[in-house]
Parts: sequence; C-alpha cells; structure tokens
Amino acid sequence: MATIDFGYTISKPRAIDLDRNNLRKSDEILREMPELQACIGCGSCTAVCTAGSLTTFNFRKVHTLVRRGEYQGAYEEMNKCMLCGKCRLVCPRGINTRGVALLIKRKLGDF
Amino acid sequence: MKKTIIIGSGVAGMQTALCLAERGIEPLIIEKESEPGGKLRGWHVLFPSFTPAEEVLGELRHRVREQGIEVMTNAEAVGLTPQSVTLADGRQLTGDAVVLTSGFTLFDARIKEEYGYGIYDNVFTSADIERMMAEGRVTKADGTAPQRIAFLHCVGSRDEKVCQQHCSRVCCITGVKQAMEMKRLFPGAEVFNFYMDIRMFGPGYEEMYREAQQRCNIHFVRGRISEAAPTLDGRVQIKAEDTLTGRPLRMSVDMLVLLVGMRANDDNASLAASAGLKQAPSGFLEPRDLFLRSTESSTEGIFYAGTVTAPKNIGETLAEASATADAVAKFLEK
Repeated sequence: MATIDFGYTISKPRAIDLDRNNLRKSDEILREMPELQACIGCGSCTAVCTAGSLTTFNFRKVHTLVRRGEYQGAYEEMNKCMLCGKCRLVCPRGINTRGVALLIKRKLGDF
Repeated sequence: MKKTIIIGSGVAGMQTALCLAERGIEPLIIEKESEPGGKLRGWHVLFPSFTPAEEVLGELRHRVREQGIEVMTNAEAVGLTPQSVTLADGRQLTGDAVVLTSGFTLFDARIKEEYGYGIYDNVFTSADIERMMAEGRVTKADGTAPQRIAFLHCVGSRDEKVCQQHCSRVCCITGVKQAMEMKRLFPGAEVFNFYMDIRMFGPGYEEMYREAQQRCNIHFVRGRISEAAPTLDGRVQIKAEDTLTGRPLRMSVDMLVLLVGMRANDDNASLAASAGLKQAPSGFLEPRDLFLRSTESSTEGIFYAGTVTAPKNIGETLAEASATADAVAKFLEK
C-alpha cells in the first residue's frame, strides 16, 4: 500500500548526539594532530580566511564539528579552503591549521 | 639587627619592607628606576572599586618614609646570593636574606605588528589609556573625542606566536574597567570588547562585568581581532570572527585599545642563574612549592613576593608580600 503523502515530514534532530556519533575518525585525526585539541575557538583563523570572506566556509566551525563526530559535508566544506595558510600565521595556539584542513580532507574523503 | 635586601620598590617591595620593619628586621629596598613605586605609578584607578591607585601607592610610600626605610634608587641588581646583591655599577650589598620583588614587564604591543601599535595613530595600549586617564585627557590622536572604541583582550597573553603562553589574568577585568570608564567619559560612544574568554576571577569582578554589559551597554564580541588597518579618514578597521554567530566581522573604530599582558622580566634568567633559582617555562620564577612554600625560592634565604612569580593583582600582591615577610622572619629566627 502506497503511503499517502500528507505534506508533513519529521525534522531530523539538530542536536549533536554524542551517544550516537562515532568519534573514531575524530580520534584518528586528533591522534595525528593532537595540537588541534589546543584550539580555544578564538576565531582568528576564520577572521583572516580568504575563502571565508567570500563563501560560507568557516574553518573553526568545520573542524569543531569534525571533532564532535559530525562528518557530514566536512570534506566538501574543506574543499573551499585555498590553502593560503594565513590562518596558520595568526593562530595564537600555534596550530598547523593548513595541515588540519589537509588532514580532514584525507580522512573524511568518503563521508 | 638582621637586614633584608628587597629588590624592587613596587607595591610588593614596599609592603614586604613595611611588614619586616614591624618585626624589627631592617629592610633595604633597591630600585632600578629613579623613583620608587613600580608599575602602579602612572596607573589611574584600580578595579573593581575604581579606587585611585595613588590612594594605595601614596599610603605605602608615606609609611615607608615614616618608618625611615631606606630606598636606594637607580640601583639595578645584576646578581644575588642569599646574603648579597650585586648592583650594575659593581657595588655589593650584604644582608641576611634577599626578597625578590622585581615584578613583571609590560608586553610590548609593537611585537604584534598586525595590530599596528606604533604604526597607526589611533591604536593604544591599556597602559596608554590609563596614563591618559590619570592626566585627565583621553582623546584620539587628533585631539577629538572618539565615537567608537574597541578593546582587544589577550594581547601578548595566551599567544604562542609571541612566546607568551600564560594568561596575564588582570587584563580581562582591566578591559571591563576601562570600557566602563570610556563610556563614562564619552556617554554617546559605542564600546566593543573583543575577547577569547572572559576571566573574572576576583571578588566583585563578575558583578562589574555584568554591570558593564547591562548598565553601560558595552558590547562583548567573542572573537580575537586578527588584524587592524588604517582607513582613509584615519580610523582603524578591524577584522575578527564573531564566533558566536560563526561569521567574519569587520568594523571601523576611532580608537583601538590593546589590553597588553604581563610578561616575565628579561633579567629573570640571569638573576636565576646567579643564585640557582628555578625559572618556569613562562619565564617567571618558580617558588619552591606552589602551595606550602609559595613565597620561598628554591634557594634557601631568597624569597619572592608579587608578580615576579606570576601575574597577580594588587590585592594578591599585597597579601603575598605580608606572607613573604612572615617567611623571612621565620627564616631569620633560625
């Protein structure tokens, strides 16, 4: 019996569900670049970001989501990065942000 | 009479000297500058009570004079042992114990070149603002009143790029205090504070922060300014990420104030080497034990008070100096 489409849908929950998210990839990324854990979320990287001033790309947001196990779309987002490295120049925690962008792309190519 | 040499005549040095004198120990304060008083000189008012700095400093100075405590100015210590201090001019002073109260160095904002201090006219440091307030004349470089002011927290603090990984603690509350003072001086002006984290650790600080937000209408933006650039009309354009909305932000301001942090004195290293003192990775000197012997150095007979060991506020420094005098007295009784 075909379901009747009443025009209603159920929204997917927006919450980051750490009971369900699989942090395996996130752990792998942090094992390779533990310095990423030192991020204090100051946003300097995004403030200087060449891509971020023109597109919706937000490096801080993407890598934070990845660390929470939210991998969906992270690879595509990171593709917006032009690898100019300005973020690395300003990071007060000395994180190799450019390396993080490359690492996320390498690890999450299949998401 | 036992004699103690105190290196530095800031609030820590003076308070230590006063407490020692009360116990019948003769203090000798040496000061490398031509005037005693240390960093509090030229400071306008203290957080969170807006108490004039001169009230505290003047009182200490007065009591030091009253007690007849000797303050040797233009005397820079270059080496020390528990019983002696060597001055830059070669003189050697002897005593029975030494207290190091040499304080901190203000971070040189020019090192953070991207903020344009010393390059653009309307970029100031918190110390500049404090001096201007003490002089009773706060203006833009051209002498006019600012309409829009931005404060940037953590300049030279928590920043690996300038080798200052520690938190200077007092800049957050100084930023809130100066923002409120600016609002009081220029009620029509808009004031923005750019921060990474707001650390309101002391009594009354959180209340002051809330007052700044609620009553003074100061805007707090969570994001570190990444760069400043001049505009054609002599203002300063700043860029940051407004991290709470996740979008890049830019704005022009009439004044950009950099809240400069406390860093360890350069000569801590040579002083430490001369007396076998332990230096923390931050450059500040490390007490023998953080809890039970926080006023003693790793060398018997050499003591610490104030910001020579870590950033502290005035109240903490004064309290510690009393504790240091206590430790010195106990040591000299032995």
